[in-house]
Amino acid sequence: METLKGNITSVMTEEAYEYVKITIAETGESFDCSTNESVLEGMRRLGKRGIPVGCRSGGCSVCKCQVVKGEYHQHRPMSTEYISKQELEENCVLTCCIKPKDNLEVKVIGKMHKNICEK
Amino acid sequence: MAITGVLRPGHAQIRVLDLEEGVKFYRDVLGLVDMGRDSQGRHYFKAWDERDHHSVLIRQADKAGIDLFGFKVDSEETLNKFEKDLQAYGVTTKRIPAGEMINTGERVQFTLNNGHTIELYADKKDVGNCQGYSHPKPWTPEAEHGIAPVRMDHALLAGGDLDQALDIFVNVLGFYLVEEVVAPDGMKVGIWLSCSNKVHDIAFLRHTEDAKLHHVSFYLDTWEKVLRAADIMSMNEVPVDIGPTRHGITRGATIYAWDRSGNRFETFAGGYISYPDHKTLTWPLEHLPEGLDYAQRKLHETFLTVFS
Repeated sequence: METLKGNITSVMTEEAYEYVKITIAETGESFDCSTNESVLEGMRRLGKRGIPVGCRSGGCSVCKCQVVKGEYHQHRPMSTEYISKQELEENCVLTCCIKPKDNLEVKVIGKMHKNICEK
Repeated sequence: MAITGVLRPGHAQIRVLDLEEGVKFYRDVLGLVDMGRDSQGRHYFKAWDERDHHSVLIRQADKAGIDLFGFKVDSEETLNKFEKDLQAYGVTTKRIPAGEMINTGERVQFTLNNGHTIELYADKKDVGNCQGYSHPKPWTPEAEHGIAPVRMDHALLAGGDLDQALDIFVNVLGFYLVEEVVAPDGMKVGIWLSCSNKVHDIAFLRHTEDAKLHHVSFYLDTWEKVLRAADIMSMNEVPVDIGPTRHGITRGATIYAWDRSGNRFETFAGGYISYPDHKTLTWPLEHLPEGLDYAQRKLHETFLTVFS
């Protein structure tokens, strides 16, 4: 087994974390997300929608967003097939690979954008 | 010999974003046997019951996806014949020297219009499954480590020119079309091809981007082991795409999930025995939902949109 004390125990033993608010710019919808989990996982775990959910591992592109407000840090590699260096500089990210530092506002630019937001 | 020409899928080379994380995943979660690393940094694995030296290679890259998919053929003569036949078809082929891939003979490599690199080889070192070739035990300790599939079974690749892939695999390499998904205008959207009695040895989806990986698939003996795989995935926080459920197409009992770099993989059991004289089973596009997920009759949004 790879680990049974992966993220679950590390949430309890690592340094303190807090909950911040993630807002989807297009819809104004928001959800609470721990600073110790990815923006995408925070949304998915609460059963919320807005950012398309794909591989959750940095390899596809459907959860691609531009962070327009707030601070975050990248905790996993993102496939350069979908996120160029320039895009990173413009705060375009895969939301499965970033954790929020404070309240964020994100614009959805992932591939399933139409399916999700133009209903 | 009952199966001639192309015998079976032999290896998939997959790109991962972090090699050490990838090794831990493929070895300890998927439960493949670690066969070591070469000087190029490619890490080799085999499923426990496979006999040839390796069936999965991973290498670190800044993009996820698949580098190549290889098939073993029955002899050097067949390899030479396919090389000539491919060239006669109009495909450019390349010889990769023996030993470039560990314990593997010369490979004949070509690229489909879809952008996928396919290769054929006749020789790979037989290392067995640790049970020897006289009165073997039915399984080994490695059969219980992680998900522990018995073999790398097939891959589903995606790209724009499905028709050329079908033409080459059927008319040059001797595969037959087992099942297909067809749009109302007659255009094929998905094809499942066999070179054996398995319901698929390779499959293709029509897609707007070339050279994409949909999934590499690993075979388990039973539905119970598919459910055990689901437990192991959740215990290790592996993102699951679809399942456990049953495909209508090929009837496999399945889970789709992603490795640590976003490459989808499948663990499945079942299916049925197919033969080259069987008529192709057709799934009109409107029946793709149950073709994909027979239990839920649902066209999961990710199936046609998420690739690496």
